[in-house]
Amino acid sequence: MAANPAALAEAIAPGLPLADARARLPGLQVAPHDPAGDAACRDWLALAATRYTPMVRSHTRGLLLDITGAAHLFGGEASLVADAVTRLERLGFTAQPALAATPAAAMALAWFGGTRIEALPAQALTDDEAVLVALRRAGLKNIAAIAAQPRAAIAARFGEALLAALDALLEQAAQPLDPLVPLAPVMASRRFAQPIASEAAVLASLETLLLRVGVDLAARGEGGRAFAVQLYRADGHVARLAVETAAPTRDGPQVLRLLRERIAALADPLDPGFGYDLVTLSVPITAPLAEAQLDLAGGQLAEAEVAALVDRLVARLGRGRVRRLAATSSHIPEQAAFDLPIHAPALADWPGTCPGEPPQRPVRLFDPPQPIEVLAEVPDGPPRQFRWRRRLHRITRHEGPERIGALWWRRRDNGGLTRDYYRVEDEEGRRFWLFRHGLYGSETVQPAWFVHGLFA
Amino acid sequence: MLAIRPPSTDSPRMPIGVAALDAALGGGLALAGLHEVHGAAGDAAAVTGLAARLAAGCGRPGPVLWLRDRGAADGGRLYGLGLADLGLDPARLLLVEAPDTIALLRAAAEALTCAGLACVVVESWGRAAAIDLTASRRLQLAAARVGLPCLLLRLAGEDRPSAALTRWQVAPAPSHALAADAPGWPRLALTLSRQRGGPAGQSHVLEWMHEQPVSSSAPHPRARAALSAYRAAGRQRAA
Repeated sequence: MAANPAALAEAIAPGLPLADARARLPGLQVAPHDPAGDAACRDWLALAATRYTPMVRSHTRGLLLDITGAAHLFGGEASLVADAVTRLERLGFTAQPALAATPAAAMALAWFGGTRIEALPAQALTDDEAVLVALRRAGLKNIAAIAAQPRAAIAARFGEALLAALDALLEQAAQPLDPLVPLAPVMASRRFAQPIASEAAVLASLETLLLRVGVDLAARGEGGRAFAVQLYRADGHVARLAVETAAPTRDGPQVLRLLRERIAALADPLDPGFGYDLVTLSVPITAPLAEAQLDLAGGQLAEAEVAALVDRLVARLGRGRVRRLAATSSHIPEQAAFDLPIHAPALADWPGTCPGEPPQRPVRLFDPPQPIEVLAEVPDGPPRQFRWRRRLHRITRHEGPERIGALWWRRRDNGGLTRDYYRVEDEEGRRFWLFRHGLYGSETVQPAWFVHGLFA
Repeated sequence: MLAIRPPSTDSPRMPIGVAALDAALGGGLALAGLHEVHGAAGDAAAVTGLAARLAAGCGRPGPVLWLRDRGAADGGRLYGLGLADLGLDPARLLLVEAPDTIALLRAAAEALTCAGLACVVVESWGRAAAIDLTASRRLQLAAARVGLPCLLLRLAGEDRPSAALTRWQVAPAPSHALAADAPGWPRLALTLSRQRGGPAGQSHVLEWMHEQPVSSSAPHPRARAALSAYRAAGRQRAA
């Protein structure tokens, strides 16, 4: 339960029953507690705060920014804080800023006010009511009093956790900030005094950022595998774009083309609103990339061209839509070969074929296999005719069965039924791959039939 | 300086392996251009097989880009082991699944700017009204400009005006039985139903034995005849 300053001025404070509060102030607005909504709002603000520094953390009590090395970009710590408070006020938030050397100290100062950590109350150390009562009974009201006690005694009486909290507050323990967005090895940003609103202007600014990033990457001897763009709107909203490339690159025009594709493929298009006043480009994934020299045959050039095409198709259609075929060492047909997203690693080599025989495997495979009605002379004999997709196929030639066992060593129920595969051809010359699911007699009394693939 | 690409009659050609067909085509299938392959929905495997053979046999190095639209899911997925049996190395295949026909055509046009590919196969199912004369002309111009073969597979498609260099009708044909009445080598009935600026209307039954492994004694990839493994059955059906 919480109340805003206006309510507190009317003597409506947390802890007051709702009926009493309504009686005191008939026009009172009440909203249920929404922790998920609060967290989402906090995360949204945290993302917006990455305009000051990439090291931002969203905390249940507020936002933590590590502005080490970033403050001078905004004209010093004081003006950075003033800028942040102004922006938050414009969004309708009341901010309580505090600066300190560690995240815990900054959070405590922001929460309890004041400028000196020693003057903070004991509540800054812990929420545990039992510990707080014990501290009060011992006469330890503020941080200075607690810190004056011997450490061993504090640990013995109030627990190790209190001592750890005290160290964090008194800047005696290192506290790395775990940032909301992982820190990219290479990044560049551009600030605009006048917000930019057109897509062309955004792309132009990205072009210059890509040049800068390209120089940094070249100096590191690396190329980017992924590029992330954040567009900070003046009203706090942050739009994010990301593209990935098949091979490391620092080719600005190529990445720009991918980003253009990505913007064109966005489900909800970029809404610049009142314009973007900050654009950042980061390269979260890098990989070594040597200076390339084209060989005379142009083989490398062709490969690079194909990689660029794949990147463009991935950027436009999505990662799952550009695929390649992969093989595994399985004897189950649908697991032996399937397609994977293009960037997935290779699994196994393709098995060799037997040149002296007609194709033993179909060119098209149905997964799952499609059920058919089959007429056979004897239940465990070859099929004579079958009906598939409402069409009757009379079988003129057949070969089989090729018996493919289930994975009996994997599953408790012996891994399912054995399949008997037949290569068959109908009167018109269509060639099918059919199988009988289950051995007649020993595994099932009425085996089902399926068509699993089609031969050329 | 203005460089003008010679007309497609001078582009390299890929012999089909049937003397009469190759003569009608002026030496074989033009490598730089659009070719349409039509087939009924039930004959998807025959069309796939022909496309795989043509893509494998076109003699160009590099990946084969196979674009499909959503309707292709109905015809089953491409199976690498079967394609390998037909002589197309599955590792060379790049698959792209487009959500609709417009995206399919856009991706095809994009692919036809990349000379590093061996071949572009566009598989479309059903009427696909977006594939009209204008769209096919765009693909044909793009293919000619970049010098790539583009195979447009029209499964259960309509006979519509098109700017493709050739149009083929494909259906399976009964195979020559092996021992114990087993289905034999793949055979298919191939009809050249249209050819731009050339004779058309011939039908042939083609059969192919398995091609030699890729590492065989072919002196130069370009010198290897495209469908050398096809053995023309020679019988000319109702020309």
